[in-house]
Amino acid sequence: MDILGPEEWQAVGLSLRVAFWAVVWSLPVALAVAYVLARFRFPGHALLNALVHLPLVLPPVATGYLLLITFGRQGAVGGFLESAFGLTLAFRWTGAALAAAVMGFPLMVRAIRLSIETADRRLEQAAGTLGAGPGRVFLTVTLPLALPGIIAGSILGFAKAMGEFGATITFVSNIPGETRTLASAIYTFLQVPGGEMTVGVLIGVSLVVSLLALLASEALSRAVARRIGLG
Amino acid sequence: MGLSVGIGHDFGRFALDMAFEAPDGVTALFGQSGAGKTSVVNAVAGLFRPDRARIVVGDRVLGDTDKGVWLPPHRRGIGYVFQDARLFPHMSVLGNLSYGTRGRGGRGDFARVVEMLGLGDLTGRRPRDLSGGEKQRVAIGRALLSRPEVLLMDEPLASLDTARRAEILPYLERLRDEMRMPILYVSHAVEEVARLATTVVLIDAGQVVATGAAEDVFADPDLAPRLGLAEAGALLTGTVTAHHADGLSEIALSGGSLFLPRVDAAPGGRVRVRIEAQDVILSRDRPDGLSALNILPAEVVAVKQGEGPGVIVQLRTGEDLILARLTRRSAEALAIRPGTACHAVVKSVAVARGNVTRL
Repeated sequence: MDILGPEEWQAVGLSLRVAFWAVVWSLPVALAVAYVLARFRFPGHALLNALVHLPLVLPPVATGYLLLITFGRQGAVGGFLESAFGLTLAFRWTGAALAAAVMGFPLMVRAIRLSIETADRRLEQAAGTLGAGPGRVFLTVTLPLALPGIIAGSILGFAKAMGEFGATITFVSNIPGETRTLASAIYTFLQVPGGEMTVGVLIGVSLVVSLLALLASEALSRAVARRIGLG
Repeated sequence: MGLSVGIGHDFGRFALDMAFEAPDGVTALFGQSGAGKTSVVNAVAGLFRPDRARIVVGDRVLGDTDKGVWLPPHRRGIGYVFQDARLFPHMSVLGNLSYGTRGRGGRGDFARVVEMLGLGDLTGRRPRDLSGGEKQRVAIGRALLSRPEVLLMDEPLASLDTARRAEILPYLERLRDEMRMPILYVSHAVEEVARLATTVVLIDAGQVVATGAAEDVFADPDLAPRLGLAEAGALLTGTVTAHHADGLSEIALSGGSLFLPRVDAAPGGRVRVRIEAQDVILSRDRPDGLSALNILPAEVVAVKQGEGPGVIVQLRTGEDLILARLTRRSAEALAIRPGTACHAVVKSVAVARGNVTRL
């Protein structure tokens, strides 16, 4: 297709890469947090829940700025990562992935938590009486039963990551080829006179990707639910 | 290897306070709903931790709250068959059966359990494609294959209809006879307890009312009201001596012969017959010209006066005890009192097939 130049395709590819890694990194954490929120009552439960949801309600620019002062080269965590592992996040695509992960995190946790809450605890008890310890129960019973929610949450997180803008541009700027994602590209071409055509196509691409992700999430969750005998 | 249970817990609306022993064979925890039966089983399984408890299998302590010992369910070596089967919906029947085997137990074990419970045709299926009875059989097999030292069954037949129950009961009898382990069986159905139980623990409002061999508990006139007057009746043990051409089977009891509709056991086999107290007629003289086939010479041991118009009479015939339920008026007219010699009359067809079980 020649409606999009190499630079625009690069933005699409970068967005997919950022979204993919954002989901891969945040999934285990989201799973753990969702499990803790679903299964345990402890002082600070409400606070943890609120913290998880913070990126959903905080202005994305604020989230991006907080990321910058924490994970930037001068930030506490960022400085440590750079000196210890040589890992730089600020103004890199990896930083964009982190920003996307943080922004998609609440959506993933919500979906996964719901599915863990509806997973039948009596089946976990049954597994226990069959000699399975807590770890095995989680892996062989809880996780498979929560799989529809985990898939739905991951795809939702992926879609959210694809469209992330505010936190990303604040944290990692808008560097062509490095941090210029789909959303940043749309924003950039909106500033350029005569860029409407490109903007239109890029929005079309976003539309298709998002719609596909949502449909896939729905279909996949239902297919898995049927397969494991829940549907 | 027996199971020893002692439990105390304050639920607020009632207190659980009981102790009992469950030897090999089926120990039925029998009582009304809400009497605390499931709490006891859950405590043995480690799913419920009472205020005070001491639970020991053989010489292995599963829990002793005084010493701060409370093993988690997966370290207890128990098998649990829940009322609602609780099969894993995301696994096949085979996956469910193998879940608890993990390295332990060989193929021989597996084949034996599959054969015993008739699971051969089910292994490839999914739990949702099974009937209620099939689900429960798979659940029993799954529990057995985890090689438990104690098997817990919480009303495994309660959610099934009469036909499915009749389908599973023979499997449970085989289980009792072939597995040498204590089986704790919760039920509020007299018929199930009468068929399966080796030992009965009668529970009411969190307390043990009576405990003992099933034959003794069922033959106790004082306990009859607790079993339900309409269902009370003694359990007699006998040996099948012959199957006659007219469709009757002859069973030798210690006090005489019993003719019953064809019994499902080979000659020489031992059976348990439940004779409901309301199906027994008493006669002072040996009746003549009567259609009933079974006339057992007996001697009155005790007469228990109830609140209503009826009495429960306990009689000895040979070594066995049977119960008869009659009106006070009849008891007075016949001068029935301890020591009275009389005859107990039982109609053959009054003894339902379900009331005769192989031992």
